[in-house]
Amino acid sequence: MRFVLREALASFRRQPVLSTLAITTIAFALFVLGLFSLVVLNLQGALRTVEERVEIVMYLVRGTPVEAVTMAMADIEAFPEVLAVNYVTEEQALERARLELAEFQGVFDDLTTNPLPASLEIRLRPGFRQSDQVDAVARRLRGFRFAEDIRFGRDWVEKLDRLRDIAAVVGLVLGAGFGAAAVIIIGTTIRMTVLARSREIQIMRLVGATDGFIRRPFILEGALKGAVGGVSAVILCYIAYLAVNSELFLGAFFSTEQAGLVVGFGTALGFVASSVSVGRHLGQV
Amino acid sequence: MIRFAKVFKAFPKGSLALKDVTFHVAKGEFAFLTGHSGAGKSTVLRLVYADELPTSGDVRVSGFVTSQLSGREIPRLRRRLGIVFQDFRLLEDRTAEENVAFALEVTGTRRSMIGPKVMRVLAQVGLAAKARAYPRELSGGEQQRVAIARALVNDPLVLLADEPTGNLDERATRGIFQLLRDINATGTAVIMATHDLDLVRSASYRSIELRDGAVVYDSAEEIEESDEEVEAR
Repeated sequence: MRFVLREALASFRRQPVLSTLAITTIAFALFVLGLFSLVVLNLQGALRTVEERVEIVMYLVRGTPVEAVTMAMADIEAFPEVLAVNYVTEEQALERARLELAEFQGVFDDLTTNPLPASLEIRLRPGFRQSDQVDAVARRLRGFRFAEDIRFGRDWVEKLDRLRDIAAVVGLVLGAGFGAAAVIIIGTTIRMTVLARSREIQIMRLVGATDGFIRRPFILEGALKGAVGGVSAVILCYIAYLAVNSELFLGAFFSTEQAGLVVGFGTALGFVASSVSVGRHLGQV
Repeated sequence: MIRFAKVFKAFPKGSLALKDVTFHVAKGEFAFLTGHSGAGKSTVLRLVYADELPTSGDVRVSGFVTSQLSGREIPRLRRRLGIVFQDFRLLEDRTAEENVAFALEVTGTRRSMIGPKVMRVLAQVGLAAKARAYPRELSGGEQQRVAIARALVNDPLVLLADEPTGNLDERATRGIFQLLRDINATGTAVIMATHDLDLVRSASYRSIELRDGAVVYDSAEEIEESDEEVEAR
């Protein structure tokens, strides 16, 4: 095992340029993937808070009797999607407006009649906060006779949804592109190492080394490069995260498991690339 | 121990490298393989270490039939053989000691065993004092001694030497030949391919002569000799 490790490490020394290139490419592939994952991760977090605040507000026709409202509330609370229903009377609406819009204090004081309608505020259960589900609930609410208008932050939710999907797709496509480049470069490095060491490989065969033994240093070399690339990618992501975080808001970084996943993915990439390449090129020696 | 039975070997182009070669080398025997270059000496040796397989016929080496070996068994066969070439095939970036140790490392020998074994064979070939020298710091004869040490370190049943003295001057040639004789005296069989007839004549070992891929003379079987060959010898 020590021999295998020593040989694998020696190749970094023998081909510093190609090795660095391979590591850099893997690092960039995973950096791009990681960066977009971070964006997706944070959008996901943002979406969750926004979704929690997703409320459907049903404005009521002026003069709706309280009994009718109370009955409707019971109906609505029975919807499987609905978490809670809150009745806001005209007076409460005005009071809230006074508090929230303090700069218009004078306007409110001059009012002789309350212009604000009463409303029902409906909050949805987690898992029923996707825009199409919100839409479905809103459609059912429209069925109530005294529903004057129904509003909800659908545009917002949809835009965030779309942004998240775009980030995920762009990240995957770019990451896959860089990943493919990394596989090709690692393959080339291994090929060059195999050819450069053909003499050694011939001697290994003559003295009775098994093919598996001959392969092992090359495969380890690829996996090591992948791992180093993965670690570099996590570091790059962290630097980018710090840079953005000081300017913009960006909530979360990877958890230890997620960072481990990035490194593991790099290792797997290097492992596969070198296994395939060494299998193809050993036959030529 | 090594038995060729009606072995034919065709080149990829179709012409024959070996034609109906049959011979047997016993345990502990010393045999010369003679003939001009291109007569098939190297092909015979390559068939022994299963670098090539016969087109027809059988090559048996220490119980293995080479044509029936799986990819995993070929390394096992080679660990019982020591192989030496005209061009030494040493790794230039390793010392004599490391070149010999290499053969043990890549066959999975325990680390604690490697050092003592290496020193033993280097002493056996008379190079203990130059264990730390790189191949470029050694003479041709010394480099071949390192190669022989590497071939011996796994305690082979047979040492295959393909023109081991082909690149050496007369003095070094005599030294290497004497070393091979000493090795043979310890019980290791030696098959030495050479076109140096003086060397063959200097010892009373068995010799097998190849011409155009066929065995034309085997001193062990006293095949009838043509006048030409008698003249040549």
